Amino acid sequence: MELNQLTIHELQEKIKAGETTSTEIVQAVFRRIDAVEKDVHAYILLTREMALEGAARADEEIKKGNIKTLTGIPIALKDLLCTKGVTTTCASHILHNYVPPYDATVVEKLRDAGAVFTGKTNMDEFAMGSSTETSYFGITKNPWDLERIPGGSSGGSAAAVVADECIAAIGSDTGGSIRQPAALCGVVGMKPTYGRVSRYGLVAFASSLDQIGPFTKDVEDCAIMMNILAGYDPRESTSVPADVPDYRQFLSRGIGGWKVGIPKEYFIEGIDAEVKDAIQQTIKVIEGMGAKCIEVSLPHTEYCLAVYYIIAPAEASSNLARYDGVKYGFRSLDGRDLMEMYKKSRSAGFGAEVKRRIMLGTYVLSSGYYDAYYKKASQVRALIKQDFDEAFKQCDVLLTPTTPTPAFKIGEKTDDPLQMYLSDIFTISTNLAGIPGMVVPCGFTRAGLPVGVQFLAGHFEEGKLIQIAAAYEKNANLGKRRPKL
Amino acid sequence: MRLAAEASYVVRIWIFLENIRRKVLKIQKDEVTHVAHLARLEFTEAETEKFTAQLNNILIYMDMLNRADTTGVEPMTHAIAQKNAFREDLVKESLSREATLANAPDARGDFFRVPKVIE
Repeated sequence: MELNQLTIHELQEKIKAGETTSTEIVQAVFRRIDAVEKDVHAYILLTREMALEGAARADEEIKKGNIKTLTGIPIALKDLLCTKGVTTTCASHILHNYVPPYDATVVEKLRDAGAVFTGKTNMDEFAMGSSTETSYFGITKNPWDLERIPGGSSGGSAAAVVADECIAAIGSDTGGSIRQPAALCGVVGMKPTYGRVSRYGLVAFASSLDQIGPFTKDVEDCAIMMNILAGYDPRESTSVPADVPDYRQFLSRGIGGWKVGIPKEYFIEGIDAEVKDAIQQTIKVIEGMGAKCIEVSLPHTEYCLAVYYIIAPAEASSNLARYDGVKYGFRSLDGRDLMEMYKKSRSAGFGAEVKRRIMLGTYVLSSGYYDAYYKKASQVRALIKQDFDEAFKQCDVLLTPTTPTPAFKIGEKTDDPLQMYLSDIFTISTNLAGIPGMVVPCGFTRAGLPVGVQFLAGHFEEGKLIQIAAAYEKNANLGKRRPKL
Repeated sequence: MRLAAEASYVVRIWIFLENIRRKVLKIQKDEVTHVAHLARLEFTEAETEKFTAQLNNILIYMDMLNRADTTGVEPMTHAIAQKNAFREDLVKESLSREATLANAPDARGDFFRVPKVIE
C-alpha cells in the first residue's frame, strides 16, 4: 500500500509511531499526481513547493513531539476557498487571476491543525453545475471511467480523493455539490447543517444554501475533519454559536433500536435499477444491524427542484453582481464607458451556465415577478422544511438514494439545463431545509461505477449521521476497490 | 342559465388558449434583453434566442409551484432562524489599501480607475 492511499487516521498512527514523515507522504501524493493528473484533471492549481515546505515544517514539529490532528497530512481545497497569496479562481475566467489577501476560516482552521495543502481543485464555474464540465479550466474526469463526469460542482475534490491524489479534500455544497460527486466517485462526503461551518472566505454562490464540508476516504476521517471544520465564527453572521461535540465519539456506537425513515417520494420512476438495488441492499444491511426501517413521507418533495432553481439563482444574481471588472478579476478593455465596461467584462468573464443563472435570478427578482416566483418559492421552501420536521418526529435519520443514476457520460447533459438540474433531485431539499446530509459508498454497478447512499438528520445532528454511516461502513463489506488508472 | 354556461365555456377556452400562448413563451426576446441589461450582461442575437428558449423551458417547469397551497405560509429566508449578529464596536485591523488595490485591473494612487462615467 502506498502512503497516498491511506486515510488520515492510518497516517496519523504511522507518523506517531515514527514509521513515516510528512515529507514522504507529500512526495507520495505528488508522485501519484504526476502519474494520473493528466487523465483525471482534478486540480486547477498544484502548490507542490508550498506543500513540500509545509511538510518540512510539519516534520520539524513531529520531531519535537508536537503532533496535532492533521500534522503533515496533505489536503486539497476546492478552488472557491480563499487562500492568502494563492490564486482562487472559482473555475471562472472572471476570477482567473484573483489572489485573495486573506484565508477562509476553514483554511485557517486546517492550517492550525497542521494540514499541508496540495492545491486547488477543479469545480463547476462558481459551483454552478453537477458535472464539473462548466469549469473555465477544463473538465475533470471520473477516475472510475474517464469518459464519465465525476459529478459536481466539487468534482475535482471528489476525484482527487478517490484517485489518491490527496488524503482528504474540502468542497462546498449548495444543492448537492459535495454529496453528488461523493456518490459518483465512491467517497465519503458530508454537507453539515447550515451555520455549522463558517462560510467566511468561501466565494458566495447562494448564501442561504452554501455550506462547506469534507470529502474523505472513510467515515472516521469524516469525523476527524468535522472536528476541525465545525464551530462558531464571529466573522460570519450566519455561523451558529452552538456547541460542537467530538464527532469521533459517534464512530462505534451502533444503531440498535434506531428508526430509519425511508421517504417514499425518493423512490421515483426513472431511478436507475442498479442504483435502486444498491439502496435496497443498504436498507437490508441497516435492518440487520438492529435498526427498524419505516416508510415516511416528505409530501412537498416534487417542488424542491423548482424552489431551488428560483432561490439559488436569485441569490447568485445578487452575489455575482460584485464582479464588475473594477476591484478584482477580469476587465474587458473594449468598453468605452463604465456601463459598457461592466457589460463586456461580465459577458466575456462568465460562462454560459453562470450567465443563465444570473439571468434567471435577475428575472425572478425583477419587479412584477417577485411574488410569483421568489416569494412563492420561499413559501414552498418553508413547507419543505416542515416536511423534514415532521419526518424527524418519527425517525432518527432518513435514508435515500443520492443520485437517480450513476455517473453519466461527459457531454451527455450539457445541452439541456433541466436534465442536468434533475441529477440533483435527491440532494437539493437538504440545503433548502438547512439540515445535514452525508453520503457513503454503498455498492457498484455491473459496469463498476460507484453508488452512494445518503443519510439525512435534523439540524446539528451530524453526530447521528456519522454514527449510522460508521456502523453501515463496518457492516457493508464493500471491500477496498480502487479505480484502475 | 344556458347563457351563463356558454359564457363559462368561452372563458374556459380563452384560459386554455392563454395558457398555450404563455406556455410557448413565458418570457419574450425583448424581455430577455431587458433582464440582461439589469444584470449588466449583453448577448448576441443567437445567444438571446438560445437563452429565451432555455429560460422559457425552465420557467414553464417552475409553474408547477402554483399547485402548492401556500395560503398563510410565511416565506422562509434562512434555514436557521437567527437574530442580529452583533459584535463589539471596536476598531480592528482591516486590509491595507495596498492589499485592497492589489487585485484591481486598473488602479492609480489610492484609487480604483474606471472608464469615464460622465461626458
